[in-house]
Amino acid sequence: MITIVDYGMGNLGSILNMLKKIGATGQISSDAAVIGAATKLILPGVGAFDAAMERIQQSGLRPVLDARALEARVPVLGICLGMQLLGESSEEGVLPGLGWLPAKVLDFRRRIPSELKVPHMGWNLVRTATASPLTAGLAEMQEPRFYFVHSYFMQCQEPSDSILRTTYGLEFDSGVQRGNIFGVQFHPEKSHRFGMHLLSNFAKV
Amino acid sequence: MLRVRVIPCLQLRDGALVKTVQFKKPAYIGDPVNTVRIFNELEVDELAFVDIEASRLGREPNWALLREITDECFMPLSYGGGVASLATAERLFNMGFEKVIINSATLTTPGLIAEIARVFGTQAVIAAIDVRTNWLGRAQTASHSGTRTGDMTPDRWAAALEAEGAGEILLTSIDREGTWRGFDVRLTASVTAAVRVPVIAHGGCGTLAHMAEVVQQGGASAVAVGSLVVYQGQGLGVLVNFPERDELARRLGGAA
Repeated sequence: MITIVDYGMGNLGSILNMLKKIGATGQISSDAAVIGAATKLILPGVGAFDAAMERIQQSGLRPVLDARALEARVPVLGICLGMQLLGESSEEGVLPGLGWLPAKVLDFRRRIPSELKVPHMGWNLVRTATASPLTAGLAEMQEPRFYFVHSYFMQCQEPSDSILRTTYGLEFDSGVQRGNIFGVQFHPEKSHRFGMHLLSNFAKV
Repeated sequence: MLRVRVIPCLQLRDGALVKTVQFKKPAYIGDPVNTVRIFNELEVDELAFVDIEASRLGREPNWALLREITDECFMPLSYGGGVASLATAERLFNMGFEKVIINSATLTTPGLIAEIARVFGTQAVIAAIDVRTNWLGRAQTASHSGTRTGDMTPDRWAAALEAEGAGEILLTSIDREGTWRGFDVRLTASVTAAVRVPVIAHGGCGTLAHMAEVVQQGGASAVAVGSLVVYQGQGLGVLVNFPERDELARRLGGAA
């Protein structure tokens, strides 16, 4: 059972739809007791960094999430903004992130040529970096590609935490893993068979 | 490399898939769910659905049909037609659509784009601008399936909608729509120059060369296509199809 954390930010229906499609059981929950007993978590997220961190604090879920991720060490997958929250900080906001991964979130607009549109929106390719169970078999697929929508990108401090890389004006970490903590910048739930493959991998972790 | 998105724009009417010419004469294409299954298998980049009657008739979206679509589709989906409140937008997002397309409601419900953008982010809002050339040869914006006319030029209107919180502009040339004559490149260029958000060019696509032209000369970030992907050719029968991926990449390229 994969529990999708509902803290009020994100397109949860489509993640649940894809879990159903790949034959994994999933549930959406905002209940601290349910999340506190979860054996696998997805942390989704669409919107602004500070707004998301505020919601996580206000919902009272922060201690439960920390306990699952850092003590029980259940697999956690952050998606899009949910991945960025795993890091320490973001140039989008002033609040600290969850800090489960030594990484910073940086602003595309300050670093890429102005003729490139921001957000980085659409289908882009990924290259595998450090091997990970999340990306197993991906490199064997022809042109593995995913759907991205984001204006900020993650940069890991430890190169070994980077499992996927993507280029848009610069090279950034589009997939990360540190132990039981996983994150992807793109939307696997909106990325056809590539997304199904990746979420099936997560279901098996 | 970021690929230029090619987005089938599918028109719904009374639960059926139709295709219009210049927003008129809706021709029956087929069952929307079957069509969506084919596009899903063809792994298209993204799908846009527009209910062509909902706003004009003041109707709610066809929820049962949209539920069937989101159960089938694992690609970015947007929906337009009768999205007149935050509650309607929220229901669409919960169902699995990630963007709502808003045109008529920008006039009847001022502030709706800003409200949706504040709660769900600007990437969740596509502002649709329908444009018709009037008898003086001037480009005029239109709403309510082309039945009402706005008073701002398309580029100024686009800039205003971007300022309000639209994350993308779906720019449709009513004169070109369904005609296979190619996009209105001049119109597209005027709007892409006025905004920083991506502009999806729509109306008139008949060939891959048309797509390349509006991307390279018009500055479009994406193209929406209708007739090209539901007909075998101009004046020919229904055939749901999509250009080869490699061919698209070769003709359209992308941004690094």
